[in-house]
Amino acid sequence: MMKLKVEKRILSANDEVAAQNRARLDAAGILAINIMASPGAGKTSLILATAGRLLREIPLGVIEGDLASRIDADLVATRGIPVTQINTGGSCHLDAPMVRTALDHLPLENVRLLFIENVGNLVCPAEFELGAHLAVVVASIPEGHDKPYKYPGIFARADAVVLNKADLLHVFDFDVEYFERGLRMVNPSVPLFVLSCRTGQGLDAWVTWLLHHINDRSGSSVPATS
Amino acid sequence: MHELAVTENILALALEAAQKAGARRITALNLVIGDLSSFVDESVQFYFDLLSQGTIAEGAVLHFRREHAVATCRACGHQFQVSPPLVPICPNCGDYHLEVKGGQGLAVESIEVSDDDEAESRKADP
Repeated sequence: MMKLKVEKRILSANDEVAAQNRARLDAAGILAINIMASPGAGKTSLILATAGRLLREIPLGVIEGDLASRIDADLVATRGIPVTQINTGGSCHLDAPMVRTALDHLPLENVRLLFIENVGNLVCPAEFELGAHLAVVVASIPEGHDKPYKYPGIFARADAVVLNKADLLHVFDFDVEYFERGLRMVNPSVPLFVLSCRTGQGLDAWVTWLLHHINDRSGSSVPATS
Repeated sequence: MHELAVTENILALALEAAQKAGARRITALNLVIGDLSSFVDESVQFYFDLLSQGTIAEGAVLHFRREHAVATCRACGHQFQVSPPLVPICPNCGDYHLEVKGGQGLAVESIEVSDDDEAESRKADP
């Protein structure tokens, strides 16, 4: 019997493709955002609400990930946004090879901000790098305030957290402070945006944060990290 | 649910390492899994047994080393091990301000190989 050292991240094959995706996006001058959330938290709504604010100044593109159907992609397409749908056929997350294929179906030369809407799930998507520059986790008031405690892995990886459906705060027993404390346990300095895609409240701060990152990128070639 | 995809990658890494070394049989795999990564050990072993059939890793045992997540209380400095669901309160002083680190590993550390064709010897053993 002999022991052989391997010392490799289990998902290193996926990471390699993610790095290729990142290089391709960088070459095209695109900022890509991986949007993760449980089903129904408002991933598509956030994309559409953001498009409502930005579409005139920033050309958007969207990759929609779902187990099946084109419902979200069709909705995005009605706004005139270039969109491509990935149907994972039962897989609970997007991975880097799926995104690589999806990039072939988008007019990258006409896109500056790309939203990659992951499959609705707070567990699996966290492990798979896609090549996006930023990871955003969307939580929502009706889901309850315990999500960061139950799914710390995904919140730990977020570059920003959106707490959606803030217009329902008066209806639910949702303790924002409790939610935020759980979030800060695993991600002490992550920006938290409490907003409502339905009413538009709180969207300004989110859009400002996005614009800051878009402008950051167009000024220089940003090195590819995680 | 993502255990299947993860297990496919585990098997591929093990087979690649064994092939490079010219090993004839993989008897065990040593994995590091973070406590925050929501993996079920039994599920990974189950998929591994299915996927490894007919390969030199068939029958290999998976050893899981859990990489723990540690919470530190910002008020009193007390440190304690945590796994989901995280506790919202320091068990030492009752403060709410905690910071959790670690527990995110997901790696194949090493494999154990042998030059004997163990599958054959197992069959021969009554």
